[in-house]
Amino acid sequence: MANSPKFVIDGLRASIEDKEILKGLSLTINGGEVHAIMGPNGTGKSTLASALMGHPKYEVTDGTVTFDGEDVLEMAVDERARAGLFLAMQYPSEIAGVTNSDFLRSAINARRGEGNEISLIKFIRQMEGKMKDLEMNTEFAHRYLNEGFSGGEKKRNEILQMMMLEPRLVILDEIDSGLDIDALRIVADGVNAIRSEERGFLIITHYQRLLNYIKPDHVHVMMQGRIVKSGGPELAERLEAEGYDWIKEELGIVDETVGQGA
Amino acid sequence: MSTPTILPIDRNSVAELSRTRQEPEWMTSLRLKGLELAETLELPKLEKTRIDRWDLSAHGSYVKPEPIASIGDLPETAKSLLNEEQTDNLIIQRNSGAVYAKLSEELAAKGVIFTDLETALTKHADLIKPYFMELVKQDENKLTALHSAVWNGGAFLYVPKNVQVDVPLQALYVTDDASASFTPHVLIVAEANSSVSYVENLVSSGSGSIVVNGVVEVFVKANASVRFATVHNLGEAVTDISYRRANVDNDARVEWIVGEMNYGNAMSDTTSILKGSGSFSDTKAIAVGTAEQKLNYTTRAVHFGKHSASDMITRAVMRDSASAIINGITKIEKGATGTNGQQTEKVLMLSPKARGDANPILLIDEDDVKAGHAASVGQVNQEQVYYLMSRGISRAEAERLIIYGFLAPVVSEIPIEQIQGQLQQLVERKLGQ
Repeated sequence: MANSPKFVIDGLRASIEDKEILKGLSLTINGGEVHAIMGPNGTGKSTLASALMGHPKYEVTDGTVTFDGEDVLEMAVDERARAGLFLAMQYPSEIAGVTNSDFLRSAINARRGEGNEISLIKFIRQMEGKMKDLEMNTEFAHRYLNEGFSGGEKKRNEILQMMMLEPRLVILDEIDSGLDIDALRIVADGVNAIRSEERGFLIITHYQRLLNYIKPDHVHVMMQGRIVKSGGPELAERLEAEGYDWIKEELGIVDETVGQGA
Repeated sequence: MSTPTILPIDRNSVAELSRTRQEPEWMTSLRLKGLELAETLELPKLEKTRIDRWDLSAHGSYVKPEPIASIGDLPETAKSLLNEEQTDNLIIQRNSGAVYAKLSEELAAKGVIFTDLETALTKHADLIKPYFMELVKQDENKLTALHSAVWNGGAFLYVPKNVQVDVPLQALYVTDDASASFTPHVLIVAEANSSVSYVENLVSSGSGSIVVNGVVEVFVKANASVRFATVHNLGEAVTDISYRRANVDNDARVEWIVGEMNYGNAMSDTTSILKGSGSFSDTKAIAVGTAEQKLNYTTRAVHFGKHSASDMITRAVMRDSASAIINGITKIEKGATGTNGQQTEKVLMLSPKARGDANPILLIDEDDVKAGHAASVGQVNQEQVYYLMSRGISRAEAERLIIYGFLAPVVSEIPIEQIQGQLQQLVERKLGQ
């Protein structure tokens, strides 16, 4: 059932411990589109990812977020995930005693619903297949969730989950930080393999390098907790070549951060 | 400062009972001595636990048990633990005494003895005398003294030199009549180079108050190995007092696997005396506390032998207003050079009123040793809950995964599959409330 997602963020304001980080951010992502958000440190990029997923530390103070017309902000974190939202985190948690494999299967079954659980054999076959594509050691499946994983391995585990859960709106929060060029290529291949009309992507990145491998349709620059400039892939190329100063001058921004360091 | 105690039994009754069972004279005297001591000794002194406030009066009185015709006669809680086909190598105590005891011919032919202690006393008194109440002494406190006076049923497991017993021997202790005393004594003697596994379950049925005052003594001779697994699943009205102690000789090993899944107040002390050089003790314990339970669990290793080693791990989950004091004591005596003593106590608290104290204690009297401890008390990590929920897993399921994950490192290491499965089930039931 072809179902092109529509994710609309309108005037989003969010704070952490009474400090406002997002100051009225608006963005629409449709199925088939890849949006990249770039920006210097301290501009609120990670906060955006966490606030959209519903991290309890962040308080949304204004604005709306809808997913196919449904109010996302009213949904609990797990409801958002089951609606098709997926966030590949910058610092994934380690959970002792829960194996990667059991965790993944629980997540898949949570989405499929009671009575429609995936068969164990099918699951193992799929998981091992995707792990091979991501050049991950299949032994990892039996280790405890992210325990003892290097930063790069944790990121690959996030992409493995993304590929197995088939989300409709994918947010990648600095998936490229801490990855070497080979791992970066593998991750990008994984993302590109699932690009389709039924999926939208929001890629938050600090380095333009990732965008050489995952070509975005739209590029946005975040400063002071909002999107201040949007363009096509050529915007990313210009930022790579010239940095952010020209934007600051153009818009009369002196301090691009959200204040006191986010 | 001891308050006069109203003991559950008098001298004459103790003597009378002993004679009816045709116990040897030394046992009758031992019982009477125990009763005498129980009158004047204090209750055990437990860290931060007011055991004197527990209901310790309901000891019941001796009621001769009826032997059972079949396993079907047992209450549901007990029946579910038994395999209909496996009738060998099993002892069942119901209330005040054994109702079933059977050892396979194969093992009997090897000289293995496995029967209830009362029966064993009539046939193998000489094998029992050197050991009975030698590890857990009568005069330690009021409860050990009382136990020595009124013990009943129990088990005697004796493995001769060089005999390896491949199948785990099972014992089931059931209390379903609160008016009947229930004080099992387990005595295990593994002679040199032998090996054996013993698995026991303690269950209850019914709602009457009763105190279970149990003692386990394990003697592991040179180069022998004993694996002792116990699961306590007693009801709310049962107060559980358990002393377990092993003496480990040269190059011998003992493994303790303890599942504390009771619903009433409970106190247990699991101690290994590493007597011989090269002796080894491994202890794995898990506990789940619910409702208003007051719990006090101690694991201990006392090192005398050179190059002896011990490893103790306890993980406990506390819900509601349950309170647990978890002690880990590693004692290294002077002369126990080359010892390595490790311990870990971790408590996970699931609600604001739950309480868990993890007390690691290292008492070291020797320089050339290694000793370490890790203790932590914490709540469910909300970042972890968020991470699991962000994958579509509900909050309840996420917390469940984290809690089982907390116990998993210990449960997964339990070498007896049957116990692993059983503990999973009991944990699930306790946490599902």
